Amino acid sequence: MTVYVKGVVFEGVDFDDPKHWGIEAYMARGGYTALKKILSTGMTQDEIIAEMKTSGLRGRGGAGFPTGLKWSFMPRSFPGQKYLVCNTDEGEPGTFKDLDIIVDNPHALIEGMIIGGFAMGITVGYNYIHGEVFEAYERFEAALEEARAAGFLGDNILGTSFCFQLHGHHGYGAYICGEETALLESLEGKKGQPRFKPPFPASFGLYGKPTTINNTETFASVPYIIREGGQKFLELGKPNNGGTKLFSVSGHVNRPGNYEIPLGTPFSELLEMCGGMRDGKKLKAVIPGGSSAPVLPADIMMQCTMDYDSISKAGSMLGSGAVIVMDETTCMVKALERLSYFYFEESCGQCTPCREGTGWLYRVVHRIEQGLGRPEDLDLLLSVGGNIAGRTICALGDAAVMPVQGMLKHFRSEFEHHIEHKQCLVPGF
Amino acid sequence: MLEIEIDGKKLTVPTGSTVMDAANSIGVHIPHFCYHKKLSIAANCRMCLVQVEKAPKPLPACATPVTDGMKVYTHSDMAVKAQKGVMEFLLINHPLDCPICDQGGECQLQDLAVGYGQSGSRYEEEKRVVANKNLGPLISTDMTRCIHCSRCVRFTEEIAGYQELGMPGRGEHTEVMSFIGKTVNSEISGNVIDLCPVGALTSKPFRYSARTWELSRRKSVGAHDGLGANLVVQVKNNQVMRVLPLENEAINECWLSDRDRFSYEALNSAARLTQPMVKDGGQWKVVGWQEALELVATKLKGITASHGADSVAAIASPNSTLEELYLLRKSLAGLDIRNLEARTRLGDVRFETKAAGWLGQSIVDLAASESLLLIGSTLRKEQPLLAQRLRQSVKKGLKLALINPHDDELLCAVAGKLVVRPDQLVEGVLAVLKAAADITGKAVPADIDLAGVEVSTEARALAELIVAGEKKSLVLGNIALQHERAAELHAAAAALAEIAGATLGLLRDGANSVGADIVGFATNKDLITANKKAYVLLHSELADLKQGAKAAFEGAEFVVAMTSFADEARDYADVLLPVSPFSETSGTFVNMEGKPQSFNGVVRPLGETRPAWKVLRVLGNILGLNGFDYDSSEAVRGDVLNGDIAKVLDNTPAKAVAVKAQATAGLVRLAEVPLYETDALVRRAPSLQATVDAESAAQLRANAATLASFGLVAGGNACVQQGGASVTLAVAEDAGLPDQVVRVPFGRATLALGSGAIEVIKA
Ligand code: SF4
Ligand code: FES
Repeated sequence: MTVYVKGVVFEGVDFDDPKHWGIEAYMARGGYTALKKILSTGMTQDEIIAEMKTSGLRGRGGAGFPTGLKWSFMPRSFPGQKYLVCNTDEGEPGTFKDLDIIVDNPHALIEGMIIGGFAMGITVGYNYIHGEVFEAYERFEAALEEARAAGFLGDNILGTSFCFQLHGHHGYGAYICGEETALLESLEGKKGQPRFKPPFPASFGLYGKPTTINNTETFASVPYIIREGGQKFLELGKPNNGGTKLFSVSGHVNRPGNYEIPLGTPFSELLEMCGGMRDGKKLKAVIPGGSSAPVLPADIMMQCTMDYDSISKAGSMLGSGAVIVMDETTCMVKALERLSYFYFEESCGQCTPCREGTGWLYRVVHRIEQGLGRPEDLDLLLSVGGNIAGRTICALGDAAVMPVQGMLKHFRSEFEHHIEHKQCLVPGF
Repeated sequence: MLEIEIDGKKLTVPTGSTVMDAANSIGVHIPHFCYHKKLSIAANCRMCLVQVEKAPKPLPACATPVTDGMKVYTHSDMAVKAQKGVMEFLLINHPLDCPICDQGGECQLQDLAVGYGQSGSRYEEEKRVVANKNLGPLISTDMTRCIHCSRCVRFTEEIAGYQELGMPGRGEHTEVMSFIGKTVNSEISGNVIDLCPVGALTSKPFRYSARTWELSRRKSVGAHDGLGANLVVQVKNNQVMRVLPLENEAINECWLSDRDRFSYEALNSAARLTQPMVKDGGQWKVVGWQEALELVATKLKGITASHGADSVAAIASPNSTLEELYLLRKSLAGLDIRNLEARTRLGDVRFETKAAGWLGQSIVDLAASESLLLIGSTLRKEQPLLAQRLRQSVKKGLKLALINPHDDELLCAVAGKLVVRPDQLVEGVLAVLKAAADITGKAVPADIDLAGVEVSTEARALAELIVAGEKKSLVLGNIALQHERAAELHAAAAALAEIAGATLGLLRDGANSVGADIVGFATNKDLITANKKAYVLLHSELADLKQGAKAAFEGAEFVVAMTSFADEARDYADVLLPVSPFSETSGTFVNMEGKPQSFNGVVRPLGETRPAWKVLRVLGNILGLNGFDYDSSEAVRGDVLNGDIAKVLDNTPAKAVAVKAQATAGLVRLAEVPLYETDALVRRAPSLQATVDAESAAQLRANAATLASFGLVAGGNACVQQGGASVTLAVAEDAGLPDQVVRVPFGRATLALGSGAIEVIKA
């Protein structure tokens, strides 16, 4: 379910119209005018990138890196092939926004990528789509066909000398392929595992060529920024947190779903939009930015606004905008066991701390959950986590550790109770 | 150049260096597992984490590029804490079965655990167990010990050229394995044993036979091809237990071919000859050395007296040492015997170089060529490590081109190739020569007739490639040198090299082929079909010689075999003299680049076996000759190599040979010496004989159309007739062969076959 409150990605989408995703509906709501504007007014690459910088758009995939800055890193004058890649390998538990974009408004993404290609002088793009979403993949391919037929994609776009080819690529369902260099490896047909950086994709990316990779939502925000101007986008949010954002709300709320709202909206308001807590239960904790973000207890969370700075000040991160809401019936040991199991299963196995450490973390948490915990286990978890974090090739190691640290920071007593009483503090678990 | 400070020591390093490179250059040791100087950077073990000033996290030294003014601390608290953390992770799932692990004592994990590990483990969960894999007869696996450094995987992909090992699975389920149902078949596969930092990959033939600390290390030189790889031979109780590479960047780098690594098994074979024996009334009798040598002296004297010195011939393996060959020549010269040959597989008696035939330049220089045209070579099997070196050169820009009677994979990019019937190899070279003459406007020598030579587009492309650029090489491989028109190939190649301004090289097959040429073991007569009255054999056997050798030996009045093995020569010899294989004698091999490499015996001779140079010294004395009072092999060597060796190397054709294109048709045989058929030792190494390569030595291969034309199917059998004999071989398909070519190797399975017209029928 997608709820459009205010923003750019789903602006004007009539979800009741069965063809709302198609090119006609998209154009009727102003789609492809940004592209036409660029190609007819002779807007330069520099001007586009400047506009992107003005917008304050930060990468929507999780890291929040300023998009305009990233685009400016692409060596535009590089003589060989360069690539533009969209990361729709949405695999983080709790995150499901990009899926809705390629299902409900795929042309916004396509137009955004075409504009990106133009701005960086790139002629070939790929969209890497998560492996387990078949219909969404087919929808994207259908939209690509429409765009090609309409002359927005391919050679000599709209009669100009600008050419851009865009292809969909269906992954195989590994979480790690959402890491951009693992994604590139997988796209090249190799085992999806992260590359050591440097070199960064901007200089050595797909097939060793300069490559820019952005998240689906990031690209889908581009047409609006070009059409309406970066300043207008910026003003939708708050300073340093420009624009609106999609939040995937899941868990114990009445209406889970994607909510597109301005950055800086108080969490309490978002919770209200979701119809409040399910069954009128009390809010216990929230994971505000996808499974790797440290959990925040209710009282802290209720003070937060939904933007990069506020959440980070509270000791967590906005990440991809996946908000996992837990009520008072949630056992935090069980919750952490689930999370740890996920990272243990999804570690690529390449580097030692993550391959060995994620299994260790999971096994200890599992043991505690089973009532076999020992008092020294909690310090062991923190120590093992400390040996993983910051020592790995990619951020998965950190991602596996942060939930552990967050849980033990705010809910240590619950774990101690589990160890001491060999059972859960929360009734029913 | 960049400035960097490591642990307070300032140094400058070239731009592009990593922190690991910088540390290595000043002897600062940073613990590591996945890093290897010859492999790409994986940065996966994380053992090399160090502290870098201003970096918030420890960084892997192996993958972190040096930046100007960088300050690195390899032993700071942050660095050591990170290193210890990684060590703990590596050990939690490691079985710690050191007492029963072959790697114990030479295990990098064990060594580093001493410095970075704890005495107890905090890990009390279940440990991982990984099923072992069948990687073939050479590599043994204990995959639970694997620390996932990926060195083995990167080796197969980057050095061996074909990724025979991979790491499927994710996270803890990641396992090193070969393709399903396949073994690791590279000709240089054994190097993964050295590369594996733990006991996951160990030597199968060596398994459980000794502890590493019981072994002494002795230097030696590879005895099976022209490269002259440097070896460390490991010995226990006067027995060779295993062979490892001794690093020599200019020759074998840090690698070893499987042939050089595993052929030692034959040294301990039950087939070893341990006592001198003479045939007495059809019965073999053990005798003393004196008696045996006196008999040899008497017989040789008698035969030369009654039939003339030309009735005796000496045939030596090109893996004989310089000293052995020299003393054999010198002792026979005392009886005026001059029929000496060590080029036992030469296909053309007209082939002759002005001086010793060699690579024409150093191995390093060859690999630094801009372009290289290789003519008639199955390089990966002939000289496995040279193929490896060229593969790396290709990655750095070498343009490698081929004229070959097959399309075997070199496992690297090839800039151009011409695949011709084996009997059209000369015509292939002539086509390139004609095109090159055309492009450059230079004349070809008068003896080369280019009339009727057609220049295909491929031939023209090769010509363009070899005339362009600066540093060019043209190399004749074993197929060319064993070709029945080798002299014509030689002449045409020399003309092409001249026109192109390229260096002409010959890939010599034996460990001491160049040395044998220097000593003078090169006649231009066919000593086998000449049916001599007496033969003196040194380390050579029927499988090294052409059809008819057995008949010639059986028909001779007297045959003396100086050999290490009792199992073959007893069929045709009259005296068997047990002489040392390379491991039991001191001596010298001159490798393909003309570099003499001397070595000592690594073990005492087995039983009554004696180094051949000592045996020949005694024979010289028994024959009453002067100048046989050498007291060391060095003294012998001094008599042979007494001056600038470059002066005795020259690939120029000694005589002009008329070269003219000939039309050919019908079925033709491509005969090569298979990887594990090269010499007496290799043929008796059981593990090598169990490889996929050894299996192919008894196969007939042809392309699908050719197979079909004879009603043959891959997997079936075929009866091959040639030179009045026939053998039955298994049939396999080889899509890279031209039509009407059968690839029938030259080895024990096909020993009966001769040359000339060949017939194939379904069996
Ligand atoms: S088998 Fe050995 S070399 Fe290969 S990945 Fe494992 S530890 Fe490394
Ligand atoms: S040696 Fe640097 S990470 Fe392995």
